[in-house]
Amino acid sequence: MHADPHGVLTGVHFLDGDHACCEGTLAAGARFSAGYPITPSTEVVERFASRIPTVGGIFIQMEDELAASIAIQGAVWGGAKAFTVTSGPGFSLMMEHIGYAAMTETPCVFVNVQRGGPSTGLPTLPAQADMMQARWGSHGDYGIIALCPNSPQECFDLTVTAFNLAEEFRVPVMLMLDECVGHMTEKVVIPEAEKIEVMPRRYTKLPPAEFRLFRPAENDAPEMTRAGEGYRFHVTGLTHDERGYPSMNLETQDRLVRRLSTKLASLAGERALFDAADLDDAEVVVVSYGITSRVAQRALQLARQRGIRAGKFRIISAWPFPAEHIASLAGRVKALVVPELNLGQMVHEVARAASGKARVIPVSHAGGSVHDPAEILKAIEEAVR
Amino acid sequence: MNVTELENACEVPAGACNPVEPFLRMERMPHIWCPGCGIGTTVNCFTRALLDSKANLDKVAVVSGIGCTGRVAGYANLDSFHTTHGRAIPFATGLKLANPELQVVVYSGDGDLFAIGGNHFIHAARRNMDLKVICVNNLTYAMTGGQTAPTTPGEVISATSPYGVFEPAFNLVALAEAAGASYVARWTTYHVNQLARSMKEALAKKGFCFIEVLSPCPTLYQRRNKMGDGLDAMKFYKQVSKVRNGAPTSECALTKAGEIVVGKFVDRDRPGYFDLLKGQMTASLGDRYAEPEILC
Amino acid sequence: MTKGFVAIAVERCKGCGFCVEFCPTHVLALSSAYNSKGYHAPNVIAVEKCSGCNLCGMYCPDFAIFGGRNAR
Repeated sequence: MHADPHGVLTGVHFLDGDHACCEGTLAAGARFSAGYPITPSTEVVERFASRIPTVGGIFIQMEDELAASIAIQGAVWGGAKAFTVTSGPGFSLMMEHIGYAAMTETPCVFVNVQRGGPSTGLPTLPAQADMMQARWGSHGDYGIIALCPNSPQECFDLTVTAFNLAEEFRVPVMLMLDECVGHMTEKVVIPEAEKIEVMPRRYTKLPPAEFRLFRPAENDAPEMTRAGEGYRFHVTGLTHDERGYPSMNLETQDRLVRRLSTKLASLAGERALFDAADLDDAEVVVVSYGITSRVAQRALQLARQRGIRAGKFRIISAWPFPAEHIASLAGRVKALVVPELNLGQMVHEVARAASGKARVIPVSHAGGSVHDPAEILKAIEEAVR
Repeated sequence: MNVTELENACEVPAGACNPVEPFLRMERMPHIWCPGCGIGTTVNCFTRALLDSKANLDKVAVVSGIGCTGRVAGYANLDSFHTTHGRAIPFATGLKLANPELQVVVYSGDGDLFAIGGNHFIHAARRNMDLKVICVNNLTYAMTGGQTAPTTPGEVISATSPYGVFEPAFNLVALAEAAGASYVARWTTYHVNQLARSMKEALAKKGFCFIEVLSPCPTLYQRRNKMGDGLDAMKFYKQVSKVRNGAPTSECALTKAGEIVVGKFVDRDRPGYFDLLKGQMTASLGDRYAEPEILC
Repeated sequence: MTKGFVAIAVERCKGCGFCVEFCPTHVLALSSAYNSKGYHAPNVIAVEKCSGCNLCGMYCPDFAIFGGRNAR
């Protein structure tokens, strides 16, 4: 299905990541957003508030992030494509409802424009320290998808992808920006609506008597419905059976909770999103994501100039973690260098996937600015010594 | 040895059906509520209100929070949502905004709506969001074992106030009115006909409507305080309730053994959220304003 | 044929006594019989006084009783 032209600002623009993300939501078909102001994310919803009344939809600023993160889910069950936007402290507040979305298989998008933390931290400065939280922040066992754009263009493109994946897998998708990507201004090309692929909601065609809201379909994710259509369905965060009724026994728990993670398995493997280059002859590979990958790009350039066979593996879908790809890389190179704007988060996933086959060298940073390319270059040189 | 044959069985016409049953997921009966709990009674009233208002049941959605009353969503044969603790109202807000054709009813308990959910309650009332909020007030957190709620009157014993509650309790109807609710009423589970009528009025009225229903919790609230069983509570409601329609809500606080003022206290017209939204948008944007087309 | 009837789902009853207490014409009394869970369900002791008002049904928290009018 193609994007609805009403929401597509076709053209060549000069936008920052936050603004491009907003345009992505509109192109993807989002017509409802609930938000709460928090630096450095607020511009996404400020632009949405400004654009949506002429596109045809609603933005509501809720009283807190707990309200925003659940209001979007109410809207989804009412039939909307919906999203909310936040940063660290708000992301923490939203955790219960991210778990609710995962448990009830509610397709929706959470944008986190990461900033320095913990706590109030550095509201106007970048970090990438919520990556583990995106995966594990809510209680219990569940799965989510997380995407990491590294440019305003990707803030547009991956937002559309986020909505599509949410619909396909009936799962909440985390769009992990950072303050730098969110506030950097670059060229953003928005194609014509017919060129933008949008996944329609997988509404069931089965009649109410036959439809089971939590029975997995071919891709292990159930089909969807919405209130008001006579399905008389029930949604609960309690462990539930295929009808959605509370069914609190071991068998139901095992079946449901495992499926919530395993339904996403293809994204760890053949459907993982990444951007790789110069791997064929590589002796060391820099594994990075988000804004750090832009800095790493410079370090890789310098490394090649010095004769080091350095390759790039840029993670775009961070969760589920592309373990198979990293494992295969680790078997072919001496070392994997993992720069992050945190004290080591995704590097642990890399190390686990590498399983000792290659050295894993973190380049940590407490946050507040991007790395100096020299820091990453130093690690690359160290890797091949 | 138990004897299940009643002494006098009454002749029942063929095909006679309890009018509440079409509204329930009968395959999930029996429900989890205790003997003498009043939540089921409120469900009968709600059913009657739906019937009398000739509601299109496909368009009625029930949103609950967590707690004993929160379980109503699971038993109602409607599109129903058992959400997170305290957050039924913002969920319902999103649901209603996405599809205004839906009649969205929030059915939850006193702790859920007014402790953890307090902030959401006042903002939805402030906005005059078109929601019907039914609060079954059993003066406690029943599901988790009878802890102190913001409505628990001093000086009863509760699970978390073993020496007696000393905090002042909320006056829910005053709070609702102050926050901006368009319709505010209080009844008890004794007042089945009046409650059903209030629910019907709320269903017909646009805007934020709030109905508080006092209900027994014999297993926890009452047992700890030697207040008898559900029937004793019901008799107490009958005895001490005074119907004062239109009474100032500030004078309607509940006390441990004092008078229970019931009635319809507030029924006013305030501009609805959608009216305000559309009014402001068209004033600012003229014909550039596009009517929301939210459903995907 | 009486004016009203009362139908009782004995197994669903939890013996709370609301219906017995609040029937306006005292049609019901708690039975000496009890169901498989040990609860005493109501018993119709004066069906001729039943108007079919269904107040018993309105009060019952367990959906275990309802009344109605017999067709004339």
